[in-house]
Amino acid sequence: MTQIETFYEVMRRQGITRRSFMKYCSLTASALGLGPAFVPKIAHAMETKPRTPVIWVNGLECTCCSESFIRGAHPLAKDVVLSMISLDYSHTLMASAGHAAEAALEDTIQKYKGNYILAVEGNPPLNEDGMFCIVGGKPFVKQLRHVAKDAKAIISWGACASYGCVQAAAPNPTRATPVHKVITDKPIIKVPGCPPIAEVMTGVITYMLTFDRLPELDRQGRPAMFYGQRIHDKCYRRPHFDAGQFVEAWDDDNARKGYCLYKMGCKGPTTYNACSTIRWNEGTSFPIQSGHGCIGCSEDGFWDQGGFYDRVTNLKAFGVEANADKVGMTAAGVVGGSIAVHAAVSALKRAQKKQEKAEG
Amino acid sequence: MGVTTPNGFTLDTAGQRVVVDPVSRIEGHMRCEVNVDADGFIRNAVSTGTMWRGLEVILKGRDPRDAWAFTERICGVCTGTHALTSVRAVEDALGITIPDNANSIRNIMQLNLQVHDHIVHFYHLHALDWVNPVNALRADPKATSELQQTVSPSHPMSSPGYFRDVQNRLKAFVESGQLGIFKNGYWDNPAYLLPPEADLMATTHYLEALDLQKDIVKIHTIFGGKNPHPNWLVGGVPCPINLHSTGAVGAINMTLLNQVSSIIDMCQTFIKNVYLPDLVAIGGFYKSWLYGGGLSGKSVLAYGDIPENANDFSAEQLHLPRGAIINGNLNEVQDVDVRDPEQIQEFVDHSWYEYGEPGKGLHPWDGVTQPKFELGAATKGSKTNIEQLDEAAKYSWIKAPRWKGHAMEVGPLARYVVGYAKGHEDIKNQVEGLLRTMNLPVSALFSTLGRTAARALEAEYCGRLQKHFFDKLVANIKAGDQSTANVAKWDPSTWPKEAKGVGMTEAPRGALGHWVKIKDGRIDNYQCVVPTTWNGSPRDSAGNIGAFEASLMDTKMERPEEPVEILRTLHSFDPCLACSTHVMSPEGQELTSVKVR
Repeated sequence: MTQIETFYEVMRRQGITRRSFMKYCSLTASALGLGPAFVPKIAHAMETKPRTPVIWVNGLECTCCSESFIRGAHPLAKDVVLSMISLDYSHTLMASAGHAAEAALEDTIQKYKGNYILAVEGNPPLNEDGMFCIVGGKPFVKQLRHVAKDAKAIISWGACASYGCVQAAAPNPTRATPVHKVITDKPIIKVPGCPPIAEVMTGVITYMLTFDRLPELDRQGRPAMFYGQRIHDKCYRRPHFDAGQFVEAWDDDNARKGYCLYKMGCKGPTTYNACSTIRWNEGTSFPIQSGHGCIGCSEDGFWDQGGFYDRVTNLKAFGVEANADKVGMTAAGVVGGSIAVHAAVSALKRAQKKQEKAEG
Repeated sequence: MGVTTPNGFTLDTAGQRVVVDPVSRIEGHMRCEVNVDADGFIRNAVSTGTMWRGLEVILKGRDPRDAWAFTERICGVCTGTHALTSVRAVEDALGITIPDNANSIRNIMQLNLQVHDHIVHFYHLHALDWVNPVNALRADPKATSELQQTVSPSHPMSSPGYFRDVQNRLKAFVESGQLGIFKNGYWDNPAYLLPPEADLMATTHYLEALDLQKDIVKIHTIFGGKNPHPNWLVGGVPCPINLHSTGAVGAINMTLLNQVSSIIDMCQTFIKNVYLPDLVAIGGFYKSWLYGGGLSGKSVLAYGDIPENANDFSAEQLHLPRGAIINGNLNEVQDVDVRDPEQIQEFVDHSWYEYGEPGKGLHPWDGVTQPKFELGAATKGSKTNIEQLDEAAKYSWIKAPRWKGHAMEVGPLARYVVGYAKGHEDIKNQVEGLLRTMNLPVSALFSTLGRTAARALEAEYCGRLQKHFFDKLVANIKAGDQSTANVAKWDPSTWPKEAKGVGMTEAPRGALGHWVKIKDGRIDNYQCVVPTTWNGSPRDSAGNIGAFEASLMDTKMERPEEPVEILRTLHSFDPCLACSTHVMSPEGQELTSVKVR
């Protein structure tokens, strides 16, 4: 394997003190939801692990994933790019273009065969021989297959790479196809959301660098640590849901009191993501907190699950906690359409995890 | 020997063909080909949008109240501006008015995007065309500190030690051999003109701006719940206001207003202390490099935006100006009517679509798109391995919109040229002040540098407007109005059987319009004509070249194989290809479609 400097060496060489380094490790631990006991473990990993090259390619997308990524606060985007990884190819940030950019890509593939992480933003369209998305005069899908071949692992950033997102919504005119349906022989981590939360993105990368393994994935291939629970499970407005206190119309008195947005079409009960815990932009807010229901942007095919304001209209009173899950199950069935009741989903996931452990 | 286009550019394909694909540091996918003569001058330019997503086909048959979320995903860089344009189009169609507070909040969000986008564009997408971070290693930190204190005495981060730290970090980064995003840059190209100290100062600000931008967008997060892609609402804004009573913690309250206010101030401080001084300092070293004017001195277009009062889009009520200038006649600013079928039309003779009738132009309300990917006879390579395009045939996924038949430039410079010509007081003062400071004539505006300068001035102006609308919001709340949404026509049963509307904004990259037709409560047709459709337009049937192409003409390249100058000028438009190359939807036409799931 090519000799690569450790993360810690790079940080020290760049004038970062041991003390700042340890502080960084403890921030990383808390960003990952790990206790203080993990800090020395992270520090040890950082001291001994090499700085990993990352190739970041773009298919059909809107660049919201890149934009979200640079919103990262813990760690800062500049620290990720300057000290944690070597971002050797990125349409959005790299200085070079055209032949020089292609050469940079080839160089990294050759030099770090089997040791680079491939981050995919967007997805390949397969209609018209792939020419709905052209890179260097060739179909993007060709570039994707080429760089995937020698990658250590693949991160599917966002709803586009994970599930197809908006361009794959019916009738999907370009046949936009998620990464895992094109690349089938590599470990793929799906980090869905439109876009994913910045700290979730950096959290996934940091986890991989720290522990030198993929995070534990659920049956859909998402990191369990961030996508294991529904937004509804941890929503601060949940007590209003349980108490039957709902917003009935935009900007009504109940809206001004911060009641539950379920009747306004909120998809929190059927959406697995960390919005209600990590929240957005350094914990500033998240959609429900700002008065709009969740649109379910981290769920597969969320564009085709009925309107964003569709709701269950035949709900009766449900004032106690015991009924809330029942309501949640109805919600999953009706709002989510094809989405299974979440209890069943959880059971499946448990089974899946056991199976993965057995295989691993 | 060349051919002169109707819009006055002489194209000559004799010289060396240079291909740049991918064009990086933009949103989306783009290719550019130029012909360079023996003296290194660009004599022909071909710009190609290389992606197509089909969003408007996807919108057909959906609930118009959902359209903002779909169209917002056209672009995650200018996030929110498509959503705003969409809710305006739907409200226009259905006759929905919005409350005053919603107008102020929408304006603050839109202006916040302008400020954020302009700063990120200048430092993270554009700076590396002017600034050489490798050369910064040769800088004397003490001299850099003196330079910083000269160009911006009130910026506190200016000590020699601070610049030495950044330089050390940069040095270690470069010496590691893992150059990351700087890999294979054109760092020994003579097109880079800054002294090492200016390079170190600007590279330092690249990092400062990267830290800052994540905080700027928190205004979107407060009102819209997240960024990128905050939430919007037909009829107003989704965030309720509760300043006084129980439950205020679940709404826009005093704490959040304070946070909005301090972010607005923070932006203005950065623009005043860093962005504008950098523009003048860097621009000062490049002020003899006045290539890239293209269409900016000939034909520019702006729809106008930022209405002072809710529901009033008349030109005199807009803070960003509306108007069109053609043939370089700054003495006459023409009115723009986006509903007039004769004014805005799109052509597809050189785009990968077909109308079934050559030379035909269609107004967006009646737009048709049938994708047709075919390459001209003179193409080099194959369908899936294009080495050189044939611009005599179809060559781009971008359509060619025209205003009264003219190819137009849109964007910050277009807005500023229109504003300047109209005598817009704020804009005129800013432009004259900058030209005076830099000792440049008005003609210098019509250049790559002018485009970059207009963007910086506009960031400052938009920052001030943010403050204006924040004060207006607070005053209105103080007067007893807490309302943020009008739900009278929320229910589709209140809608007419058929309706059509148009929404306009000035996105960071220029004039943006959405045209919608609604039938039986569903979207019947949805059309977007976006800034990069105007700027990145291919040729039309008359042979007019688009704004990107025009701006590259007659530029001197130091080394044709290193496209520093091409990137510099293309980036000055802040291209957004995902925006420009979504899709125009045919009425009732079936597109090839194979479902994945």
